[in-house]
Amino acid sequence: MSTKRKVFAGISTTVVSLALSATAFAQSGRDYVYVVGSSTVYPFATVVAERFGRGSEFKTPKIESTGSGGGLKLFCDGVGVDHPDVANSSRAIKQSEFDTCAKNGVTAIVEVKIGYDGIVIANALESISMALSRRDIFMALAKEVPGDSEGELIANPYETWADVNSALPAVKIEVLGPPPTSGTRDAFVELAMEGGCKTVPWIKVLKSSDKNQYKAICHTIREDGAFVEAGENDNLIVQKLQANPNAFGIFGFSFLDQNKEKVKGATVDGIAPTFDAIADGDYPVSRPLYFYVKKAHVDVIPGLRGYLREFTSERAWGEEGYLSDRGLIPMPDEERSAVATNVRELTPLSLGNQ
Amino acid sequence: MSTELTTRQKVEAGLARRRRKEFTFRLVGMFATAVGILFLVIFFATLLGKGSSAFSQTFLQLNVEFNEDVLAPNGELDLIYADFDGLIRTALLNELPDVSGRGERRELYRLVSIGAGYQIQEMIAQNSELMGTTQSIWVPVSANVDMLMKGNIDASLDESLRPLSDWQIGWINKLDQAGRLDKKFNTALFTNGDSREPELAGIKGATMGSFFMLVVTIALSFPIGVAAAIYLEEFAPKNRWSDLIEVNINNLAAVPSIVFGLLGLAVFINWMALPRSAPLVGGLVLTLLTLPVIIIASRAAIKAVPPSIREAALGLGASQMQVVFHHVLPLAMPGMLTGAIIGMSRALGESAPLLMIGMIAFVVDVPGSFTDPSTALPVQIYLWADSPERAFAERTSAAIIVLLGFLLLMNLTAVIIRKRMERKW
Repeated sequence: MSTKRKVFAGISTTVVSLALSATAFAQSGRDYVYVVGSSTVYPFATVVAERFGRGSEFKTPKIESTGSGGGLKLFCDGVGVDHPDVANSSRAIKQSEFDTCAKNGVTAIVEVKIGYDGIVIANALESISMALSRRDIFMALAKEVPGDSEGELIANPYETWADVNSALPAVKIEVLGPPPTSGTRDAFVELAMEGGCKTVPWIKVLKSSDKNQYKAICHTIREDGAFVEAGENDNLIVQKLQANPNAFGIFGFSFLDQNKEKVKGATVDGIAPTFDAIADGDYPVSRPLYFYVKKAHVDVIPGLRGYLREFTSERAWGEEGYLSDRGLIPMPDEERSAVATNVRELTPLSLGNQ
Repeated sequence: MSTELTTRQKVEAGLARRRRKEFTFRLVGMFATAVGILFLVIFFATLLGKGSSAFSQTFLQLNVEFNEDVLAPNGELDLIYADFDGLIRTALLNELPDVSGRGERRELYRLVSIGAGYQIQEMIAQNSELMGTTQSIWVPVSANVDMLMKGNIDASLDESLRPLSDWQIGWINKLDQAGRLDKKFNTALFTNGDSREPELAGIKGATMGSFFMLVVTIALSFPIGVAAAIYLEEFAPKNRWSDLIEVNINNLAAVPSIVFGLLGLAVFINWMALPRSAPLVGGLVLTLLTLPVIIIASRAAIKAVPPSIREAALGLGASQMQVVFHHVLPLAMPGMLTGAIIGMSRALGESAPLLMIGMIAFVVDVPGSFTDPSTALPVQIYLWADSPERAFAERTSAAIIVLLGFLLLMNLTAVIIRKRMERKW
């Protein structure tokens, strides 16, 4: 009997202590920086967090990979230790998100642009090198393409790249890309697809007259099997490209950089996706990356100010900083120093003026 | 014309056909088993082939001078901000004196992991008498050098196609010939938390996270599951309500695990305001997941206890509760434990519900309590599989091997308990 009593006593103590430790957490606050957001910024933010944690007396920040939209939603939920201090984002914050933030009391937000990321269209190294234009990309991947007469839309009839542009090889169109939940997909659609879409004059006119239809035409990717949603795992796409010489993959520059003996990037509008071309802004499919900070949390959460300083230091985001080793394309010098000043002075973002 | 066939003749006439049928069926069965085994072999072969190299790591031997002028320029040692990397750089330059020029030097420094500086920091923190001495120490090399030494980077490729430059490969060869490079057991894999430097990344943080979660899960799901099973089997009246509950429990066992994650997010995090990414919440979610499994296994174990034992006890004047706790429960315990362990091993391998409650996070510090942020082993595998750095590929496989090892161990325990304690009636 006594052993059984002990077992029950043990169990009940465990349960009670669990409950106690949970309440203890709620009272004591938080002694580490809490970051959420984009899976594209994640590889860069984690490197900064780790260096900061190891090189300071503070704990290493916790970084959750939730995607840009999910991260900003958590971020905008409110001010206080239960809510994240920083939200990483592979796009600028939207007006609607900014409004939600304001409604929940998150009024002073500091926007920090950290650099650029290129989106590449790559195939296996042994395959032919492709020279694409944004128009080719749109024509090959859109769900509906302009027909012969003006204003006419037809279901995408193109089967090979040569159908799209006779200068391209007669290889079946087969592109592996990220799913709609991904920030990379958003950026690809906006920069590459829309960029090509705009070259059709009557669609360009739509932009000012019927914005919704313009978006529907330019942003909808075909669903007949030529574009394959390959999930968020870019390593998997690289492996699939090696196995299938005809396939192309869409992913971030850092994966091309890490796998340059396996895959190569196609040129877009005549520009190859290289570090320098993206940094100079010549490569057309590149996007800025950001993170957002709650001003109210700075100097309340231990280490937050230090984390910001580390991220905006030359040794991190500079021309030869450790983030550039990971594939982050640095901003030009003046822009960096402007953002760094902003961060030091914690100048809040105001979207109303734009 | 027709002659009556005897039963014996009928049987003999059909015999060949029956034998043939049996033979084909056996063949199909053997083929199915062979396919299963083949896939298993392929799975383990690729896993071991990819992952086994992660258990070793290349180290570089350096003679590091713990220079007081560098570490404590003002006469006082600052253990956090002192220039530990500077000592490593000087030692590297001493090793390869003909390296000159800023660009070349930068490339040289990249041969060594950033962990080398932290190693020096730790050595000094533990023993301040090292100041002023010169020590020969083994420091980890960077992941790219390690990949080259393991043959995962082809040095014969053109310089623009590989992550190491011609200079760097030249230096590596020089150091290798001088016997300064050596592969050692990769202890960091087991003693470190997560890291973005593959050579420093380890699974200790994730393992501790999984451990804390399983403690919560077993502490809650076993007593609750057993109590529910006992009540339903021994005390509950058999009517429409108990039938409904039974159907529901069986269905619950088949609910996709991500649903429990959503439930956990809504109840434990949004409503009860428990912290995100905490093993406590993970454990609670996994409790929901394993409860049906444990209840079903426990009920089966109770059912297997012969009614004669209950009747004998009742006949001797025991109360219903005494019957259960003195006789039924001890006899059913092995079956219940087996069910609990199977439930735990399912919980250990689960990742989907944990994604919903924020356990997919970059956590460097090894968690020390139930509310510290942490990840779990399956989630760590997912995170590493998604990392661009090449060296994480082999570490992903290594982490899978470790996870499979734990699962195997748990299932083995279940088998042993069943074999040892099971009673035949």
